[in-house]
Amino acid sequence: MSTDLTRLTAAELAGKIHAKEISAVEAARAHLDRIAAVDGGENGVHAFLHVAGESAIASAELVDAGIAAGTGPASSLAGVPLALKDVFTTRDMPTTCGSKILEGWQPPYDATVTARLRAAGVTILGKTNMDEFAMGSSTEHSAYGVTRNPWDRSRVPGGSGGGSAASLAAFEAPLAIGTDTGGSIRQPAAFTGTVGVKPTYGGVSRYGLVACASSLDQAGPCARTVLDAALLHEVIGGHDPLDSTSIDAPVPSVVAAARRGAEGDLSGLKVGVVRELGGEGYEPGVRTAYDASLRRLEKLGADLVEVSCPHFEYAMAAYYLILPSEVSSNLARFDAMRYGMRSTVSSGGGVASAEEVMAATREAGFGPEVKRRIILGTYALSSGYYDAYYGQAQKIRTLISRDFEAAFTQADVLVSPTTPTVPFPIGDKIDDPLAMYLNDLATIPTNLAGTAGMSVPSGLSDGLPTGLQIMAPALGEALMYRVGAAFEAARDADDGGPLIARVPEVAP
Amino acid sequence: MSADSPADPTGGVISRDEVAHLARLSRLAVTDAELDVFAGQLDVILSSVARVGEVAAEDIPPTSHAVPLQNVFRADERRPGLDQEQALSGAPASEDGRFRVPRILGEEQ
Repeated sequence: MSTDLTRLTAAELAGKIHAKEISAVEAARAHLDRIAAVDGGENGVHAFLHVAGESAIASAELVDAGIAAGTGPASSLAGVPLALKDVFTTRDMPTTCGSKILEGWQPPYDATVTARLRAAGVTILGKTNMDEFAMGSSTEHSAYGVTRNPWDRSRVPGGSGGGSAASLAAFEAPLAIGTDTGGSIRQPAAFTGTVGVKPTYGGVSRYGLVACASSLDQAGPCARTVLDAALLHEVIGGHDPLDSTSIDAPVPSVVAAARRGAEGDLSGLKVGVVRELGGEGYEPGVRTAYDASLRRLEKLGADLVEVSCPHFEYAMAAYYLILPSEVSSNLARFDAMRYGMRSTVSSGGGVASAEEVMAATREAGFGPEVKRRIILGTYALSSGYYDAYYGQAQKIRTLISRDFEAAFTQADVLVSPTTPTVPFPIGDKIDDPLAMYLNDLATIPTNLAGTAGMSVPSGLSDGLPTGLQIMAPALGEALMYRVGAAFEAARDADDGGPLIARVPEVAP
Repeated sequence: MSADSPADPTGGVISRDEVAHLARLSRLAVTDAELDVFAGQLDVILSSVARVGEVAAEDIPPTSHAVPLQNVFRADERRPGLDQEQALSGAPASEDGRFRVPRILGEEQ
């Protein structure tokens, strides 16, 4: 076998597996070998918290048996390996959410996303590292160590889904699943030169997704190409009666849209350039890549129009009131009683009370960022402060949605840089929470409005990747994928190959 | 900003004592050293997010949820749930098929 299977796209792998040129087991083995070679060790990528070699092979064998028996593949991605963020419940693998409080916890049920992947015959390789309970933008807030960016292993891969994104850039998996509450799919995608999509809120089921902030959390696909992301989107998307916030409407035809986009014609399409995103506070290298991206969109035939979203500048402030408020409530479930860790407490000779055990367990089980946000949320919801903080933030959320609505009357999709900076060195922002929060400046408005967004690699700045964010109205994913695929095709044509091919080889 | 210094008692938004109180309400047995760090950091964060007050929004309705769905029902049908063993599988302690919890009442109660 001459081809390195880990370098193929998911679509290429699926094509070969379904045409019986290679087996799903060979595809799984190639990726498991790659993980074994580059993920561990002092300077390893450390994208995975758990590798499920045996069950991955067993699942691939089932796909091969089905194809051999002539029953045909279960889906367009049957037999393709995938890395699953460790925030989705899996009944045969631990689910830790990057937290010590859930160390070793094996859930008794599968998340809907997990179940849909299994039903589609996708090979789940294991669970990926993340900031604890998805709170963070660097994966440094994982209780299990930082994930390293394959482009420069002294730098962070972004977060919270740094493990999923890094696994793609390190060729440990062609597909991954992430969750995006304020940018946790798109920001790591930008930092690793990969593609990440936050679907419309309610577009992918949250059943079995351990909650961070319920009104903002959204699962979505991560991949190295726009088409691969689209294929995965159609596998995991769609209505789920087990999630009452799931949208009861057909999944947008994103695969067809990505194929159409790859033809490279965006004439007649209006692309809105958001005035408030991309100027002050964005690194020069990021702005240079962004300007080049805008010229590229013009060359593809798109009409650029400047749009203004005046309330976006308050998005981060509103987000860091709404999110901690929801977090303080959601994480109350970690009470040391029904599952997860329980600390032993010595209570001055007496028998420790449930309250003391709970407080001691949460103190030992949660990391500093989780504690900060729980305290912040408890404050924002306190009587006397509620109206000024949480209530006011909810009103700003309305104004941000209105800004989007107005912008989408002038443009079909909106664009901005995905992040204000390129990947930063490990340790740089860990002691300055506010500086860390600024990573999500451009991605947060989409979460607050519940609309869709994606990040596509736009170029390199001093050898480090930058991303272009494309935003679409609710359920407007098809246009977003079309623009993303057109942009990607033009970029690859100009560069003489995909950006991801330029990632330095991660020495085993 | 110094992440290490406690909140300024004269000019800060939130004091170290308030943070200690909130931690108790949140069932977090934080240490004194953590309180020193958190008080300063939370003061910086709160001073920043207080910007939401700059926007005049008296007449603006609040949004709690991006997609306004109401009264979502599904068919009231029996379907399999977790059995007792599964439900207890992650429990720190169990006894007689039930969750075993620490003392829940005070010594005198």
